[in-house]
Amino acid sequence: MLKKKPAACFVDNKYCPGCGHGIINRLVAEVLEEMGIYEESIGAIAVGCASLMPETFAVDCIQAQHGRAAAVAAGIKRCRPDKTVFTYQGDGDALAIGFSETMYSAIRNENITVIFVNNSNFGMTGGQMAPTTLENQKTTTTPRGRNIAETGDPLNVINMMKDLNTAYIARGSLTNNANIMKTKKYIRNAFEAQQNSEGFSFIEILSPCTTNWKMDPIKAMEHIEKNVTPVYELGVFVERGEKNA
Amino acid sequence: MEKQLMKGNEAIAEAVVRAGCKFFAGYPITPQSEILEYLSWRLPEVGGNFVQSESELAGISMVYGAAAAGFRAMTSSSGPGYSLLQEGISYIASAELPCLIINVMRYGSGLGDIFVGQSDYWQAVKNGGHGDYRSIVYAPASVKEASDLVVFGFDKAEEYRNPVTLLSDASISQMMEPVELPEMQEHNPDKFEWSLKGKGEGKARSITSVMYFQEDYDNYIAAKYKNIEKNEQLWEEIETEDAEIILVSYGITSRICNEAVELAREEGIKVGLLRPISLYPYPVRAFQKQKNVKAYISVEMTALAQMAEDVALACKMKQPVYSLAGGMEIFEASDVCNKIKEVIDGKAKEVF
Amino acid sequence: MEKLIIHKESCKSCRYCIENCPKGALYIKGDINEKGYPYVSVDHEKCTTCGICYNVCPDYVFEIQEREV
Ligand SMILES: Cc1ncc(C[n+]2csc(CCOP(=O)(O)OP(=O)(O)O)c2C)c(N)n1
Ligand code: SF4
Ligand code: SF4
Ligand code: SF4
Repeated sequence: MLKKKPAACFVDNKYCPGCGHGIINRLVAEVLEEMGIYEESIGAIAVGCASLMPETFAVDCIQAQHGRAAAVAAGIKRCRPDKTVFTYQGDGDALAIGFSETMYSAIRNENITVIFVNNSNFGMTGGQMAPTTLENQKTTTTPRGRNIAETGDPLNVINMMKDLNTAYIARGSLTNNANIMKTKKYIRNAFEAQQNSEGFSFIEILSPCTTNWKMDPIKAMEHIEKNVTPVYELGVFVERGEKNA
Repeated sequence: MEKQLMKGNEAIAEAVVRAGCKFFAGYPITPQSEILEYLSWRLPEVGGNFVQSESELAGISMVYGAAAAGFRAMTSSSGPGYSLLQEGISYIASAELPCLIINVMRYGSGLGDIFVGQSDYWQAVKNGGHGDYRSIVYAPASVKEASDLVVFGFDKAEEYRNPVTLLSDASISQMMEPVELPEMQEHNPDKFEWSLKGKGEGKARSITSVMYFQEDYDNYIAAKYKNIEKNEQLWEEIETEDAEIILVSYGITSRICNEAVELAREEGIKVGLLRPISLYPYPVRAFQKQKNVKAYISVEMTALAQMAEDVALACKMKQPVYSLAGGMEIFEASDVCNKIKEVIDGKAKEVF
Repeated sequence: MEKLIIHKESCKSCRYCIENCPKGALYIKGDINEKGYPYVSVDHEKCTTCGICYNVCPDYVFEIQEREV
């Protein structure tokens, strides 16, 4: 099987060693290239470690304000419905400050694809609690572990979204080859749904933040298998064709 | 084109369509809502997009995306809604994108009230958002001027790749006046090399703050705004030639001042009116050419005499600056005349 | 015939590839690339060019090419 990095990943990325963003960047680039739409695509890139992306990812991009990527993408897509428009966002971005923009893009069933990276903390700013942070997880703002009596439960956004009228919703992870291949299939489905004007597609990806978790990359992947996946179940939650039928 | 009687907000909205704008996203707030309501049916008629967004934050974010795609895009708001636009305006300016923002001013801070005011002067003119940017700001004094400035504003936004603010107010926006609407024009979003359209075979575009790649950014951005300040001052003068007292006033209050000039002249007082049309850049040249002026009076519907500072700067404090300020009650021309007399009689206290 | 190519300058030494290679063909000798990371090397005898390392690597280090004959 011949393999070569996709053209969009034209230079080395700037993420930390073992960071999941690198794999996800590559998967998005591969899917766009394999579908023959990479030169026609536009990305709304979030604030967070995502913002390291435009410099190393050769797709037309806009740096969205923190949290607003889905609204920015909706503006682009409505003006240019024939282009493929996606967001690339972290969990602080999409679910804390941008919860409203993210949910309303889903509610309006905007014909965009949201690539949502759940690394259970605020990576860029040094590992503070995110909405997705696990119960008892230590972060720089929950030094004794997340106390859900004070903060509420970890946010499973797909549970909130899956009853809305959307095109495709799935959650994948990166912990081994099989999961990475599945995640890629989800991303492909999402972009295909958009191409067919089926509506909003949302792919959540469980991803390691090796630096702020202060974990060796292999340990970080084990942690996702053992502790994160049980909270954020993998799979397809809205199948294509299930809604809007 | 024949004249028709139109409400300010509707004339503004129709001018937006005729300027070739194809994208609006915004949220209801009085006294701006007719713009949103009008565009909700009018934009689809011309193949444009109208979105009632979940908030002003989302609305300006959509405008940011649409503007980055090269489309003529705009939003409108008032009071607290205008505050929520500031994040997006700063990003749009930082990325050097054109767009039009309309603030139909109401009065007061916080929730304030829906009646007319001019108390967003500082926020609109001095930057409501963070960082080093300016929005070009135009203040119409009639329905006709409002509709003309919409088209002019889009042109200037593109010429300078910068947001433009139309600073209307509840009076101008709510009154009915005859207006000759601008011609319908088409806008081509692909004419800009920079607009997001998919990279094609070329290099990928990155719409982001230009400070990340602009060489000598500090001087570049300073020069950009210096250039705007040099070339884009707009104002109207009424009877300033021999005027010893010059009223400075914009938007709806300038019309009251207009009347006051007539009344005062009837009594033989040499009064003129200087009406800034561009609030940024502030028309400082208009002040520098005055020969006979002994004092300025800034007349504005703000409690804190917000514009008076700019009057003082514009005349380099060579003349005293007085103010007639406040918005809880609308001034009459006679209030302005009384102020003029107080100034002449030495009974008024200068603010600068 | 296919051959695994390693762009060693891109490697950040996370070891995902080593962990996931079904043939145990990858290893880190200790030599350091320009970024300062001990990079990955391959034992071509063991490698079946299955592509798993390409898939799990966050840093675009691997390429599988046609081997010249
Ligand atoms: C309005 C605003 N508030 C705060 C910040 C600071 N900030 C930058 S990135 C970030 C968090 C990003 O975390 P996440 O979205 O989880 O992405 P990650 O870095 O983990 O990939 C914050 C709070 C900002 N840029 N803008
Ligand atoms: S801080 Fe975390 S999310 Fe950001 S690049 Fe490093 S590992 Fe990745
Ligand atoms: S291609 Fe397969 S066998 Fe060869 S090094 Fe990579 S993972 Fe191991
Ligand atoms: S997965 Fe990639 S970056 Fe990590 S050690 Fe292997 S080659 Fe290096």
